[in-house]
Amino acid sequence: MKSLRYLLPAILFAALLAVFWKGLFLNPGEVPSPLIGKPAPAFQLEELSTPGQTFATADMRGRPALLNVWATWCAGCRQEHAFLMQLAKSGEVPIYGLNYRDERAPALAWLKDLGDPYEKTAYDPKGEGSLDWGVYGAPETFLMDPAGTVVYKHLGPLNGNVWARDFRPRIEAMQGGRR
Amino acid sequence: MKRLLLAALLVLVPLASPAIDTGSAFEDPAQQARYERLTSELRCLVCQNQTIADSNAELAQDLRRQTRNMIRDGKTDAEITQFMTERYGDFVLYRPPLKPTTWLLWGAPVILLLFGAIAAVIVISRKSREGSDDGAAAGGDAR
Repeated sequence: MKSLRYLLPAILFAALLAVFWKGLFLNPGEVPSPLIGKPAPAFQLEELSTPGQTFATADMRGRPALLNVWATWCAGCRQEHAFLMQLAKSGEVPIYGLNYRDERAPALAWLKDLGDPYEKTAYDPKGEGSLDWGVYGAPETFLMDPAGTVVYKHLGPLNGNVWARDFRPRIEAMQGGRR
Repeated sequence: MKRLLLAALLVLVPLASPAIDTGSAFEDPAQQARYERLTSELRCLVCQNQTIADSNAELAQDLRRQTRNMIRDGKTDAEITQFMTERYGDFVLYRPPLKPTTWLLWGAPVILLLFGAIAAVIVISRKSREGSDDGAAAGGDAR
């Protein structure tokens, strides 16, 4: 009984310490998307490189697809660009772009200088279409299944590790499911 | 004197800072009040400890504009908060709804208070018991 008097506070303190310790390594910037498991929100935006042509959410259906939110003001986007180019070359999955709160001229220059990994890019200078997708920072990448359901959202730059860990298994599961 | 004048001038500096909301206000004061209340209960996801009313991040501007438009279109408060949570999740609400994933969040203060109360009761009852014991023991030691 006497030992409990010292042990109990020590245990409580250790538990609190464990909670705080875990808290140190959580990323509060990663807000879980409520869109997972839901149909991809519809947008109908102008295509970045061919003004006048529209790019709608439905255009991405039929295959597993990525929607990558990017902008020229976004440092993380520059960081992941080489990986996107490599991914586009591999042909694993089509990549679509959503140009978020940007301007057309610098965005086109970016694609010309660094390469264009996107099948199509939606131009959303006012962030109106992006609002429906719950976009709040770039880069963000959504994975959709062939039916157009959002399966996964990644926040921050993509790279090989993230791809192998979070994307590839999900894409393989989709392809396995179709057979 | 010069220093005093400078201090007085510095006090005026905050007055020169422009208001965050450059969008037009509502003519109807009831709508304006709703707008102000709603924007002060929605979290800006870029600068997470600010409401969209406080923040001047572009996302906050977008969400303010959205809120304004929805009020203009005659949407109810519930419809507006639903619109926001459908896109950004419960995290966007400064007062998240009570449900299985948030009951710990809402219940923690009560649980902690309960712990405190139990500890206080134990300590106080023991002290008062010890107090009378101590008195006798101390008396015994002194002799």
